[in-house]
Amino acid sequence: MEWEVVIGLEIHAQLATKSKIFSGASTAYGAEPNTQACTVDLGLPGVLPVLNGEAVQMAIKFGLATNSAVAKRSIFARKNYFYPDLPKGYQISQMDLPIVGEGALDIRLEDGTVKTVGITRAHLEEDAGKSLHEDFQGMTGIDLNRAGTPLLEIVSEPDMRSAKEAVAYMKKIHSIVTYIDICDGNMQEGSFRCDANVSVRPKGQEALGTRSELKNLNSFRFVERAINLEVERQIEVIEDGGKVVQETRLYDADKHETRSMRSKEEANDYRYFPDPDLLPVEIDQETIEAVRATLPELPDAKQKRFISEYGLSDYDAEALTSSRQMADYFEAVVKASGGEAKLSANWVSGDLTGSLNKDSISIAESPVSAEMLGGMIKRIADNTISGKIAKQVFDAMWQGDGDADSVIESKGLKQVTDSGAIEKIVDEIIAANPGQVEQYRSGKEKVFGFFVGQVMKASQGKANPAQVNQMLKDKLKG
Amino acid sequence: MHNKTLSELSTALKAGEFSSTELTQSYLDRIAEFDPQINAYITVSEEHALAAAKAADEQIAAGSAGPLTGIPLAQKDIFCTQGVKTSCGSKMLDNFISPYNATVIEHFNEAGTVMLGKTNMDEFAMGSSNETSFYGAVKNPWNTEKVPGGSSGGSAAAVAARLAPASTGTDTGGSIRQPASLCGITGLKPTYGRVSRYGMIAFASSLDQAGPMTRTAEDAALMLNCMAGFDARDSTSVQREVPDYTANLTDSLEGLTIGLPKEYFGEGLDAGVGKAVEEAINEYKKLGATVKEISLPNTHLAVPTYYVVAPAECSSNLSRFDGVRFGYRCDDPVDLEDLYKRSRGEGFGSEVKRRIMIGAYALSAGYYDAYYIKAQQLRRLISDDFKRAFEEVDVIMGPTAPEPAFGLGEKSDDPITMYLSDIYTISTNLAGLPGMSVPAGFVNDMPVGLQIIGNYFDESRLLNVAHRYQQVTDWHQRAPAQFK
Repeated sequence: MEWEVVIGLEIHAQLATKSKIFSGASTAYGAEPNTQACTVDLGLPGVLPVLNGEAVQMAIKFGLATNSAVAKRSIFARKNYFYPDLPKGYQISQMDLPIVGEGALDIRLEDGTVKTVGITRAHLEEDAGKSLHEDFQGMTGIDLNRAGTPLLEIVSEPDMRSAKEAVAYMKKIHSIVTYIDICDGNMQEGSFRCDANVSVRPKGQEALGTRSELKNLNSFRFVERAINLEVERQIEVIEDGGKVVQETRLYDADKHETRSMRSKEEANDYRYFPDPDLLPVEIDQETIEAVRATLPELPDAKQKRFISEYGLSDYDAEALTSSRQMADYFEAVVKASGGEAKLSANWVSGDLTGSLNKDSISIAESPVSAEMLGGMIKRIADNTISGKIAKQVFDAMWQGDGDADSVIESKGLKQVTDSGAIEKIVDEIIAANPGQVEQYRSGKEKVFGFFVGQVMKASQGKANPAQVNQMLKDKLKG
Repeated sequence: MHNKTLSELSTALKAGEFSSTELTQSYLDRIAEFDPQINAYITVSEEHALAAAKAADEQIAAGSAGPLTGIPLAQKDIFCTQGVKTSCGSKMLDNFISPYNATVIEHFNEAGTVMLGKTNMDEFAMGSSNETSFYGAVKNPWNTEKVPGGSSGGSAAAVAARLAPASTGTDTGGSIRQPASLCGITGLKPTYGRVSRYGMIAFASSLDQAGPMTRTAEDAALMLNCMAGFDARDSTSVQREVPDYTANLTDSLEGLTIGLPKEYFGEGLDAGVGKAVEEAINEYKKLGATVKEISLPNTHLAVPTYYVVAPAECSSNLSRFDGVRFGYRCDDPVDLEDLYKRSRGEGFGSEVKRRIMIGAYALSAGYYDAYYIKAQQLRRLISDDFKRAFEEVDVIMGPTAPEPAFGLGEKSDDPITMYLSDIYTISTNLAGLPGMSVPAGFVNDMPVGLQIIGNYFDESRLLNVAHRYQQVTDWHQRAPAQFK
């Protein structure tokens, strides 16, 4: 039997507001437990929530950036359940009337085709605190610093058909929320995480299979792994004659397994109802237009521009626009290089990205600034150094040895273009290898590479490769 | 001293007839002497009071006193008061000392008033007789065998027994007006949103409103001047200028149109109460008002609507009392569920539990539409009744409560009968309108209140209408014999 996988994601993006969604307490990450929880966050008797306007603006921004409907009127509702890190005994969220309605966005699949994924809705809500189960001798510690942190929950349609598609969609949302600066996108700190609804059905069947919900996936890798694991499990259950039960499952990255948290029967009745402490959120067209005016160029538009303006391939353009920092960096490199777009693209998505990944640092932390990289590319373009030598220059800059010009100067890496000097080396190599010369002349043109290598080696890589090629060709003809 | 109104006290303090310290001490002495008979106070904050009185005396001496500087007040124990226990009448909060002040308390502190203590109330403001308090029932100063009404029963009894010149109350379904009526004092529930709810422990957020409980309408105006106003910390408080509520007290009532809803004078109304209200209306006619019979056809739906909306909200509002961060926690919980179940089971009284269960039921999956949504629709119908009425009349009058104070224990076993005590007051909460109760006579030696309902933000007119009546009657000046 051939199976079709159906996936929908609920992404939680922590909004980058300075203060919490319903109180004035700071949202900064990493403070001592319970030092960033005020009377409102603690849910003391008598306190009341006041909506943070910045969070509303950010939600509107998201709606506009994803071509989703921004609701003229939305309502906060209480989701009632008991948990020690939920101070009020309810979470303020949105139910019937979310701030952002239907929308859609395009993702590019591995084979290069484009797929549209529907966005069902996005709503504002407050985060809960954290329960700390270690270090308290059989008791649980509660840290309410995170309680009241604004979240935008972005719910997709069940439009994805593989773990890879789910990851592509999640990456796209990640790039949008960071582009428009409403979320820092930090997955390790939990600023961007998702739950995945996964089901399978026989290929061709219309009706959806029973789904399970995978909770709290906080890396792209985990999303892919957890979904694949869950798909395998569900298929196995069905093929063994069993039935998938609707349940919530937790992915354990260490054990590489998913396990049941609670079944549908055990699920809470959240008794949602409109929060009487908060007024409906009314958003007029003027506000929407004012927010629209603050939108930066979005990934799709930037990608198109990179293709037309810089002549990049689809692939390069997508890679370079995957984050706003990457795109900004690239454009700064192009500028500093004097317009060498193609070379800049190669260097940014090649050596620079490789080095960043190797050292596990972000582009903002790169020891090689865009200006430095652009300066180096300028020297490739004006033939001061070859592409090969440039790798040495780049490594030296990465190590902190200064900018390209000073590295070239201090290490004597300047390319040799003096044809007399090159000719001398070429002559020596030809004289020293009569056997290979014989082979070449008898038609074994492969040996040509040997000569190029020898000349470059003798010049310590500094000879201009184009000149070397030309000169060798001339001389070997005999 | 203790028979003076707020404005008289203010004049006397400024004239140096006595100091705020002397006045405060005299009230503290009266509380020590008389409160054991009526149980109006949960906490008497003597030290705080004397310190505040001293500060007020300095302000008076410096000539920078405001209209309420140095005046002792009793605060309902529903308002969070920094450093002084805030119990809300519940075992759940018997150990709770708030780290912050309610906005209303802040306003009174800034005005230089002196808090004598925190008054007794039905647990979490749920009750109409003050019998659900963890701290024991409050007794009606006019007859200590009778209830004072509720939930602001302690505040009403304290003012009636001259154990405070004025107090604060909160009104979710009649909790200011009904005890004011039963204790023979003046009580005002302002328009929803007029007074900040920040720091006022929530019962039903969409209905709760704080207001003054005083002997006279003039005092209520002085108190409301201090209490009203927009508060950025309460999203439901209204950004609207606060008028001087004392400015129009003596305006003529010539041409005033009073609406008498026929539904407020039907079955269930005590004949004596009906007669007292009728006589009050006659006084108004003498003052130049005209009377018009009106209809509020959905009145009979108010009690059932209220008993869905209020419990639904309270079931959620009271979830924070879980034994985790503050308040009562059961001994030796075996696990989390046990902690929740026993802390809440032992910490809440039976009326509170009843309402939490009703509310949780009304909000639960499968019942939400039939109860909660339906109640919201009915709430709209009830508001529309008033909207139509106020197109024809300036104020609406009727009885505050269907009968005078009933006996202690008389209705405690019958919640439905108890709930009907608020039949005339609940509609105004559902509509968000302001309402007052003013003393209008006696039935069998127990006070009867006249209710005056106004249009949104028409508190000035209500106070004016009440004040003019008090100028030609003396019901509000009567005091229970043993507390004179």
